[in-house]
Amino acid sequence: MTLAPDVPQYMRRVVLDPIPELSAIRDAVGVQKIVTPLGLPAYLVTRYGDVKAALADPARFSNRKPPGWGADSTAVTTEEHAQLSAGNLLGIDPPEHQRLRRMLTPEFTIRRMKRLESRIVEIVDQHLDAMEQAGSPADLVASFALPIPSLVICELLGVPYDDREDFQRRSSRQLNFRIPTTERFAEQRASREYMMTLVRRARRKPGEDMLGMLVREHGTEVSDYELVGIGGLLLLAGHETTSNMLSLGTIALLQHPDQLAAVRDDPDAVGPAIEELLRYLSVVQNAIPRITTSDVEVGGVVIPAGHLVILSLPAGNHDPHFIHAPDAFDISRGAPGHLAFGHGVHHCLGAPLARMEMRIAFPALLRRFPHLALDEELTDVPFRELNLIYGAESLKVRW
Amino acid sequence: MKVVADRDICIGAGMCVMTTDAVFDQDDEGIVVVLTEQIPADEEMRVRNAVGLCPSGALSIARQ
Repeated sequence: MTLAPDVPQYMRRVVLDPIPELSAIRDAVGVQKIVTPLGLPAYLVTRYGDVKAALADPARFSNRKPPGWGADSTAVTTEEHAQLSAGNLLGIDPPEHQRLRRMLTPEFTIRRMKRLESRIVEIVDQHLDAMEQAGSPADLVASFALPIPSLVICELLGVPYDDREDFQRRSSRQLNFRIPTTERFAEQRASREYMMTLVRRARRKPGEDMLGMLVREHGTEVSDYELVGIGGLLLLAGHETTSNMLSLGTIALLQHPDQLAAVRDDPDAVGPAIEELLRYLSVVQNAIPRITTSDVEVGGVVIPAGHLVILSLPAGNHDPHFIHAPDAFDISRGAPGHLAFGHGVHHCLGAPLARMEMRIAFPALLRRFPHLALDEELTDVPFRELNLIYGAESLKVRW
Repeated sequence: MKVVADRDICIGAGMCVMTTDAVFDQDDEGIVVVLTEQIPADEEMRVRNAVGLCPSGALSIARQ
C-alpha cells in the first residue's frame, strides 16, 4: 500500500493564505531543495522575479519530462508513452507547443469571449434561480461554483453535460496527490478513453464546438491522440480552476464586506477585483514542474541540469518585491502582472474565459443574495489538501 | 514612442488588448495586431504595461 504523502510546504495553506513557512523560504533563501508529494527531489522557487523569469525561459526550463518523470510510468512501450502524452500542451516545449497552441488561439480571443457573454449570463442566472428555488442553505460548490464553469466548458468544447458526474470526479481525482499514483494514472486513462469517444464522434460529424472546429480546420494536421490530449486538458483546466476561484473568492469577499459591496454595486470595481482575487488566492499551487536542460542559476542557487523545478505561484504573487502589503486583500490595486495564470508561452489559454466567467458570476451571486453568509465555521470548510489546485470540496452558505 | 510586435512569438493571450484596445487588437487567429505604431502620449503608460505583461515576450518598445 502506498502511504499518503505529507503535504509539502508549497501546497499548505492557512485557510486561504500560503503558510508563513513558504513566505519565510521566499524572504530568506528564495530557492530551496525539497521533495515533491511523489517523492522526487526538486528545487522550490518562490520569488516573483525568479518564478517569472523561469516561466519565460522554456529553453532552460523544459515542460517535457523524460520517461518516468510524472508521465504515466505504467506505459509499456515508447509508442504507448507517446500516445498518452500527445496533445498535452503543458507537457511540450516550443516549437511543437506553438503548433498546437496556434490552433486554439482563435477560440480564446477577447472578441470571441465577448460573443459568449450573453450565454454565460444565462447560465449563471439559471443556476442562481435553481439555488433560490431550492432555498437557503446551500452548498455553493455543488450549486454554483462547479456547475457554471463545467457547463460553459462543455458547451464550448462539445462535451455532453450529462457526463459531468464522471468527468468531474475523474478530474478532481487526477489532481489529488492523496490518491495513489496507480489510481491517478487509471483515472487519466479513463479520461482519455472517454475523450477518444468524443473525438471519434467529432471526426464523423464535426459540430459547431471546439472539437468540431479542430477537426474541420486542422483535421489533417492533428492526430486523434493529440485531439484527445487537447480536449482532456481543456475540459479539466476549464472547470477545476474557475470553480475553485468562485468558491474561495466568495470566502475572501465575505471576509471583506466593504470590498464585497463594491464588487456587488460598482461595475468598474469588478475587473480589478477579479485580478486581485486571482493574485491573492493563486489557486494553482505551482506551475507544471519544469526540468532544467542545463545547469542554471536561480536567485544565487545553481540548479544542475536534469532537475525538477517547482515554481510556486502563491509565493511569487505574495512577494513584497512584487507588490506592497502582499498578504492584504485589496481590490483597488488591480494587481497587473500577477502570476496566477502563469507566464511565458504556457500562459493560461483560457484566461480570458476565466476572467469573463468570474466577472459575470461574482456580481450576479452577490446581487441575487445580498445577505449571503457562510453557514459553517471556516475551520469546518473541507479545504483541499495536496491538490495541484487549491479549493474547497464544499462550502455551506445561507442567505 | 513606437511599439513593435513579433507575431511569430505571440501566443494570443490577449493581455495587450486587455490593457489597451486603442493600440492593440487580435486578428482572427488571435495574434497581435498593432493598430498604431506611433503611440500617443496618453497611451504610453498603458503600452509600457502591455509590454511588461505580455506572457510570450512578443512586444517591445522601439527607440526612434
